[in-house]
Amino acid sequence: MEAEANSGSLEDSGAFIQRPGEGCRTVPLAGHVGFDSLPDQLVNKSVSQGFCFNILCVGETGLGKSTLMDTLFNTKFEGEPATHTQPGVQLRSNTYDLQESNVGLKLTIVSTVGFGDQINKEDSYKPIVEFIDAQFEAYLQEELKIRRVLHSYHDSRIHACLYFIAPTGHSLKSLDLVTMKKLDSKVNIIPIIAKSDAISKSELTKFKIKITSELVSNGVQIYQFPTDDESVAEINGTMNAHLPFAVIGSTEELKIGNKMMKARQYPWGTVQVENEAHCDFVKLREMLIRVNMEDLREQTHSRHYELYRRCKLEEMGFKDTDPDSKPFSLQETYEAKRNEFLGELQKKEEEMRQMFVQRVKEKEAELKEAEKELHEKFDRLKKLHQDEKKKLEDKKKCLDDEVNAFKQRKTAAELLQSQGSQAGGSQTLKRDKEKKNNPWLCTE
Amino acid sequence: MSKGLPEARTDAAMSELVPEPRPKPAVPMKPVSINSNLLGYIGIDTIIEQMRKKTMKTGFDFNIMVVGQSGLGKSTLVNTLFKSQVSRKASSWNREEKIPKTVEIKAIGHVIEEGGVKMKLTVIDTPGFGDQINNENCWEPIEKYINEQYEKFLKEEVNIARKKRIPDTRVHCCLYFISPTGHSLRPLDLEFMRHLSKVVNIIPVIAKADTMTLEEKSEFKQRVRKELEVNGIEFYPQKEFDEDLEDKTENDKIRQESMPFAVVGSDKEYQVNGKRVLGRKTPWGIIEVENLNHCEFALLRDFVIRTHLQDLKEVTHNIHYETYRAKRLNDNGGLPPGEGLLGTVLPPVPATPCPTAE
Repeated sequence: MEAEANSGSLEDSGAFIQRPGEGCRTVPLAGHVGFDSLPDQLVNKSVSQGFCFNILCVGETGLGKSTLMDTLFNTKFEGEPATHTQPGVQLRSNTYDLQESNVGLKLTIVSTVGFGDQINKEDSYKPIVEFIDAQFEAYLQEELKIRRVLHSYHDSRIHACLYFIAPTGHSLKSLDLVTMKKLDSKVNIIPIIAKSDAISKSELTKFKIKITSELVSNGVQIYQFPTDDESVAEINGTMNAHLPFAVIGSTEELKIGNKMMKARQYPWGTVQVENEAHCDFVKLREMLIRVNMEDLREQTHSRHYELYRRCKLEEMGFKDTDPDSKPFSLQETYEAKRNEFLGELQKKEEEMRQMFVQRVKEKEAELKEAEKELHEKFDRLKKLHQDEKKKLEDKKKCLDDEVNAFKQRKTAAELLQSQGSQAGGSQTLKRDKEKKNNPWLCTE
Repeated sequence: MSKGLPEARTDAAMSELVPEPRPKPAVPMKPVSINSNLLGYIGIDTIIEQMRKKTMKTGFDFNIMVVGQSGLGKSTLVNTLFKSQVSRKASSWNREEKIPKTVEIKAIGHVIEEGGVKMKLTVIDTPGFGDQINNENCWEPIEKYINEQYEKFLKEEVNIARKKRIPDTRVHCCLYFISPTGHSLRPLDLEFMRHLSKVVNIIPVIAKADTMTLEEKSEFKQRVRKELEVNGIEFYPQKEFDEDLEDKTENDKIRQESMPFAVVGSDKEYQVNGKRVLGRKTPWGIIEVENLNHCEFALLRDFVIRTHLQDLKEVTHNIHYETYRAKRLNDNGGLPPGEGLLGTVLPPVPATPCPTAE
């Protein structure tokens, strides 16, 4: 590692002088200083903090994703197999704490549920892409916070995506191509051929070649094992040629020879999972865990995450204006946006206020109308009432008149009667006698 | 183990998720074995090797600053620490070279390699500190320099298109040289440390310790420790950053017994008992620099380089730098709002008062 232009990057403030020409040269040591323990110090810190690793398994239902994870990590992870009747693609995530010697690993396995089961698979890739983006987003949010705790942040970004290819023996399905193309710039894709005990060896070689050529011709960038470090360059180089790995997963152990091995038993023979002649499982485990786990994590952070971050920030309207761009430029853009938003907010407020005023007016008018109506009704009723009353009074008057008339007649009649009875009491007698004598004589 | 499961975050961020984070120890502890066809060994512990290889490839940066009055042996000590001429001494100091009028900051970088590990070491010297008649505010240029380095790093970090590896020029460690008066700390010492202990890791060092006898040395150390405590000055390793009990006991021992280290520096070798040792020759004997009976140089070296080098860098990055960043972003009217830059524009979360750099 040569000096990264240290001499040029130190600032020239008033009280600061840089010795010219002394740049960064290698200086020999006269004895043992002791900083060669630095990698150990670094590693010890990381060990005490623990590592995390997140794997995404993409593949159709029934291709053996869960079984492969169980086989890879030598344990039974929980979860029942999914049905084929899912209405859409979902992702199921589980986190486990594994411990091996003094190393603690927080392993998260995310699996697609219902991938490839729908009739219309156009949108199948979307939930996956959204999930990956959501993890990047969460990390970005944390990174942009003012008070942040990045060193103890639980990193949920997907470090490796195992893409399960169905063992048809012919070629990749178009769904596979489309999905992988959408994912290759967001995550490290490692394609594997699942349930590869369904393919014979010769078919397998042809299948692998076909797949690789299809990936290349469609411009899908799968993860290449790094070949820049001499210690692993050779093994990584050979492994790169074996992609995609043809794997078989099994958690059942059978006695073969005098050892217990993971295997699958058929009437015609037994397929051993860890036998390199039978399948590439051992290669996958080597590459994924024992050789390149750290590189996968680093690529995710330095390449995929940076790309996401860059796109996201540019989308938001931030730009690096020039090489000396200070946080101020971000600040200025932010201020401008903030003002814009405030302006919009004000406008909205105004609109709402106006709408409110209008509504009030309308309501008032309505209420006035109703009031008027009520008044009218009241008047009408009053009038009716008055009419009724008048009628009643008239009738009463009539009745009174009649009563008076009757009374008059009554008094008149009584008077006449009393007069008559006085003057002709005898007359009555006579009349009575006459009556007796002459019953047919009618009185007045 | 990484702490905490962000279940709330998972729920909020992914609506289509059925999150079931259930940490459970799955694999029983198995012995590490290389040629294993044994069921049970996965190979997770190889990540240590992978990580080590990666870090060795990228190399390390380390920036150390030395502060103290001239003539206290700063350059000699740094040269002794790193066993090479990383700091040009003022031994060829001629009268024409005036004492600088203000404090100057001189940073010189070298690449040193040992055991396959490459380190870019930058020594930042501060000639002129404490040499004036009026030394008021002479720590200001130093504080300014330190903050400038944080600023530079922040600028790089905030860029849209970031460098793969941001060059780290932040000061990881500041050795403050105390004059071996035998009495107590000077007001200048206290002022400097009070201001700077909040922005950088300060390791106080008693210079030219060969002028004190053993009793004087231990008394002086006690007094210095007491004074620092009374004045509320937290030197490295700071109590509040002890991560676990192990760290705490280890660091407590250092804080309460060894620090401040009383050191002697030298780059000349002499023959003592048939061995060539670094030392200072006096009429009454040879002071061996690396002899623990004579001075505490070896303790300082082991402390800074062999055990706490990475920790110095981490405290600088995770704590001092973050404090600076938070303060800086808050001062600018809350550059990204407290909830994050992206998403809705919320009013900036009122920041809890961070320790100011003043």
